[in-house]
Amino acid sequence: MRQLIARRLLQTIPLLFFVSIACFALVKMAPGDPVLSFVTPNMHAEDIERIRHNLGLDKPAYVQYWLWLKELFQGNLGYSLVNHQPVMDQILDRLPATAGLMGSAILLAVLLAIPLGLTAGANRDRWPDKLVNLFSYIGISVPLFWLAILLIYLFAIHLHWLPSMGMRSIGVNSAMDVLKHGILPCVVLAFGFLSVYVRYIRSSTIGQLKEEYVQIQYAFGSTKKTIVFRHVMKHVLLPVITLLGMSMADLVAGAIVTETVFSWPGIGSLGMTAVKGMDYPVIMGITLFSALFLILGNLLADILYGLADPRIKGAR
Amino acid sequence: MNRTKWLNVGRELLARKMGIVSVAILAIFVLGAIFAFLSPYDPNALNVLERLQSPNASHWFGTDDYGRDYFTRALYGGRVSLLVGFSAMILATTIGVLVGVVSGYFGGWIDNLLMRLLEIILSIPSFLVMLLLSVFLKPGLGSIVLIIGLLMWMNMARIIRAETLSIREREFVLYAKASGQNNWGIIVRHVLPSLVPVIIVGATNNVASAIMMESSLSFLGFGVQAPNATWGSMLNSAQGFIAQAPYMAIFPGGFILLTVLSFNILGDILRVGFEPKLNKR
Repeated sequence: MRQLIARRLLQTIPLLFFVSIACFALVKMAPGDPVLSFVTPNMHAEDIERIRHNLGLDKPAYVQYWLWLKELFQGNLGYSLVNHQPVMDQILDRLPATAGLMGSAILLAVLLAIPLGLTAGANRDRWPDKLVNLFSYIGISVPLFWLAILLIYLFAIHLHWLPSMGMRSIGVNSAMDVLKHGILPCVVLAFGFLSVYVRYIRSSTIGQLKEEYVQIQYAFGSTKKTIVFRHVMKHVLLPVITLLGMSMADLVAGAIVTETVFSWPGIGSLGMTAVKGMDYPVIMGITLFSALFLILGNLLADILYGLADPRIKGAR
Repeated sequence: MNRTKWLNVGRELLARKMGIVSVAILAIFVLGAIFAFLSPYDPNALNVLERLQSPNASHWFGTDDYGRDYFTRALYGGRVSLLVGFSAMILATTIGVLVGVVSGYFGGWIDNLLMRLLEIILSIPSFLVMLLLSVFLKPGLGSIVLIIGLLMWMNMARIIRAETLSIREREFVLYAKASGQNNWGIIVRHVLPSLVPVIIVGATNNVASAIMMESSLSFLGFGVQAPNATWGSMLNSAQGFIAQAPYMAIFPGGFILLTVLSFNILGDILRVGFEPKLNKR
């Protein structure tokens, strides 16, 4: 087990290194001169050169990368070209909104997916399965932004039950208010996750029901319900760990579209604004940040999986 | 691939009501996209007097905020959406198959290199990169196809690699090697034909994701640019009129849903059809 963790950690370091190079290169290739954002009309050419020098932009690319990496290790992701604020602060500022939204969406999805997937798998090809199947097909095929628009129309415009924009009403500062704002985006995101989770859980339930221990339980006289919801469930929770690891990636950047539709002040909408304003340091910061989450999420999933199922110790 | 296999696939498709419905839906959308010019309206002709009309006899889907016939726009929008979806799928499938076959067949350092590269690409959130690239590249259908295609081949490559690994060890490949054929000859004559089912299934799912990506990009205003419409960009403008004209959101979104749904269902049916024993649900 310790070996597995050590090996995966060692694999992660070069991966992170190359990902950082890729992020850096992507933004370096971008058209437009970042110095221009500092230029005011009454500046001389040598002032502009001085800014360029101060920003280190007159050095060769590999030196720039090295300087950027050194800053990165000190927790400095550079400064926004638009409002000149530290990128790190902006991301950390937005992180709670995104993490809260994503966390509750993933939680809601898992809590619904486990009973639905188990029921569908246990009643394979009968009506509960067909219903869940249709539902999950729609879930993976529906454009989430469209679902969002329809829900806004129904619940915000038509019924006036829920707000459709932002995270707080102006001048109101209560948890209840944030909760109310969060319901629609959370439901939309959860719907997307749910359909993926249900499919995994359903197919692993079907696989588990063929195992020997299920036959033994039947022989002991357990009902199908007990077997599925007590014994099979334990085994089915394993792939859920991997799914959660995969969802970690979405925790940061995955909600771009949904956050934009609902004007949710999270990292996704920060990224959206940055792309629109060609604010490269911010884009680079968010990309790197999400990549880090993704890699660590996968790492964590692998390790948890290894802890939960000792059989795969040597594998991978 | 032999005839029996194709017959199996055909039988599976006909046996499933969902399969027939999916094919019918896609056929209708493709025909609508091809024959969009038969509509009496110009998709881009402005007519302020007739703006925001609800669906009626002369405008089946109503009119949009510029008074353009929404049905005609949906037909032309479908043309662009389907075209981009198919082209991006072809690009992604080509790259994916190439990388997967080379990686799986040759193994060794090439495999190692390609798989590490794949891991790096998979570690970067692709949607963000898509947005970024669509800002860099000059707007146009070609750029969108390129952006989506270049960021969607990784799954295909993984599946093809795994499949190639097992095909490489089969007897017919070993015989071909023993008979002195060169590697590329073996790949083209023996490996690729065995991969056809996997490629078709993967490609079908890829069209679905490509159409979804394109609509998301266009919805955010980064995809296909005005006056060209796609279902995604129609939803972008519909968002502003949701209170007065909800039909403007319902039609294009519903079309995206139906198209993507049909491709996803078809993909699964084909998978079962090609490997009835392995994948019997």
